[in-house]
Amino acid sequence: MMTNTNQRLTQGQFSFLPDLTDPQITAQIEFALKNNWAVGIEYTDDPHPRNTYWEMFGNPMFDLKDAVGILAEINSCRKTFPQHYVRVTAFDSTRGVESLKMSYLVNRPTREPGFGLARTEVEGRNIRYRISSYATDKPEGERYGQ
Amino acid sequence: MNDIGDVRTAKIRGRYDAGVMEYKKMGYWQPDYVPLDTDVIALFRITPQDGVDAEECAAAVAGESSTATWTVVWTDRLTACELYRAKAYRVDKVPNTGPGTSTPQQVFAWIAYDLDLFEPGSIANLTASIIGNVFGFKAVKALRLEDMRIPVAYLKTFQGPATGIVVERERLDKFGRPLLGATTKPKLGLSGRNYGRVVYEALKGGLDFVKDDENINSQPFMHWRDRFLYCMEAVNKAAAATGEVKGHYLNVTAGTMEEMYERAEFAKSLGAAIIMIDLVIGYTAIQSMAKWARKNDVILHLHRAGNSTYSRQKNHGMNFRVICKWMRMAGVDHIHAGTVVGKLEGDPAMIAGFYDTLRETSTKTNLEHGLFFDQDWASLNKVMPVASGGIHAGQMHQLLTYLGEDVVLQFGGGTIGHPMGIQAGATANRVALEVMVLARNEGRDIWNEGPQILKAAAQWCSPLKQAIETWGDIQFNYESTDTGDFLPTATATASA
Repeated sequence: MMTNTNQRLTQGQFSFLPDLTDPQITAQIEFALKNNWAVGIEYTDDPHPRNTYWEMFGNPMFDLKDAVGILAEINSCRKTFPQHYVRVTAFDSTRGVESLKMSYLVNRPTREPGFGLARTEVEGRNIRYRISSYATDKPEGERYGQ
Repeated sequence: MNDIGDVRTAKIRGRYDAGVMEYKKMGYWQPDYVPLDTDVIALFRITPQDGVDAEECAAAVAGESSTATWTVVWTDRLTACELYRAKAYRVDKVPNTGPGTSTPQQVFAWIAYDLDLFEPGSIANLTASIIGNVFGFKAVKALRLEDMRIPVAYLKTFQGPATGIVVERERLDKFGRPLLGATTKPKLGLSGRNYGRVVYEALKGGLDFVKDDENINSQPFMHWRDRFLYCMEAVNKAAAATGEVKGHYLNVTAGTMEEMYERAEFAKSLGAAIIMIDLVIGYTAIQSMAKWARKNDVILHLHRAGNSTYSRQKNHGMNFRVICKWMRMAGVDHIHAGTVVGKLEGDPAMIAGFYDTLRETSTKTNLEHGLFFDQDWASLNKVMPVASGGIHAGQMHQLLTYLGEDVVLQFGGGTIGHPMGIQAGATANRVALEVMVLARNEGRDIWNEGPQILKAAAQWCSPLKQAIETWGDIQFNYESTDTGDFLPTATATASA
């Protein structure tokens, strides 16, 4: 079990808030669309903080400008992967950015076992640290149950 | 006497006849000059000595900051001296100075420098001219460098920020909200073991970064290696506890470059994402550390220690926006650039100018914000401004409105001084931040509704409730000294 404040993974820009409701998610999608950002949906069962490439639930939706349609996509992802982490991203292709402007979780596994910290003592007092998710001891797709 | 004098002045004097000549007659005042796209342009605020006219003062500043000495020298003629002379081409009276005001007459002088006067990629060389001898020059009572236009051709000779805002966010996997930090307190006296405790608690509670203070280097109560080892234990333990990337700015400032490199290498070997340096190490040392940081995939934080000795008073020294420009060229990733609402100097319009200078790909002239030139940044990375000093969760709506989201908000006292402990202090700040970003994105008027938004979140977040009860009314209402010249402005207050 995670022992931090909310006993949950705190990646993403709204992880300290109660889970976002559908109307709240819709409002955030509308904010992204208003800024001309492309909304994307990604999922994973390997929440290591440096796991950059979550699986894409389709390409970023560059041409979909309808918040209701995007929410339907999000719900479809959550239905397909109910025990995965799902994040919604917003991509800004403006010169000088060309990167994400938003990233927030919209789905988590029921149980989040958290991460172990392994210390390898090396020369002197130096320590090499290894962070690993307890869930990733199991193969992909079998980590958080159905 | 008079007769002889008359005879001497009656004779038409050649430009290269020996003797003293007014600077404006030596070619340093050229009102018809049109600056080239490749010129460096500097804007100075000059308080002339009594009896010296504005054009002569401007020409003198141009002369002393480029090729001139106090008397004519024939050896000018061995050079393309007309090219190398800086040219004062415009003087304007500064609004609200001179007769009828409490301030002696000041003028803005616009001076253009040919690109070949400066060594490529060297802030030290640029500054040796622009702020070298000239600030002690007797012909002016006081002198302040207000702004500079750096040509694209010169910018392209600088590395720029080692990492930049965009890549820093990608590396940290943190998007769409300001980053949160805190400076470990008390800033002096903690042992390494106790120091790391503060770092761990604050990161686990929800901050992204904790920071060494500017004067934490390697003192008898805590030597640097001890600090680095304990801080990295704290960082890694907090990362595992939260599943988030965490960092601590390890201050590598030291007495020599060799010692700084040694400390930076050790930080890297421990897996530190970010290190820090102080402005007082000097421009060349900063550029060296920026190159090191780029080469070693480490983010470089700069604490602006010392800047107020020359940037705060309006009549003499230099404006902080020029430091922002030089530091973006020199290559730091973070720089402290004011909070507006906190305990340190900061007029809202001036700070908007600093932040734009650090974060935009180009900025337009904006006199209200103190930006005197259009400036194209030639794809140099963006610098993340850091707001630190006397800010707390109750000001979150003001901070987000004034400073935007590409900023590190550092709540030192506002985290560590929390009545329920450091973790609770960090959580209060993080919740306040996230709830405010959420509301802003939803289109709510956070400037006016901010206090209610925080109060609503405090209903389910007791650390935030306690933070607001402890600090909700704290404000720092002092007049700014470094204000704009073109519109009356006032320091914002926390009660707004």
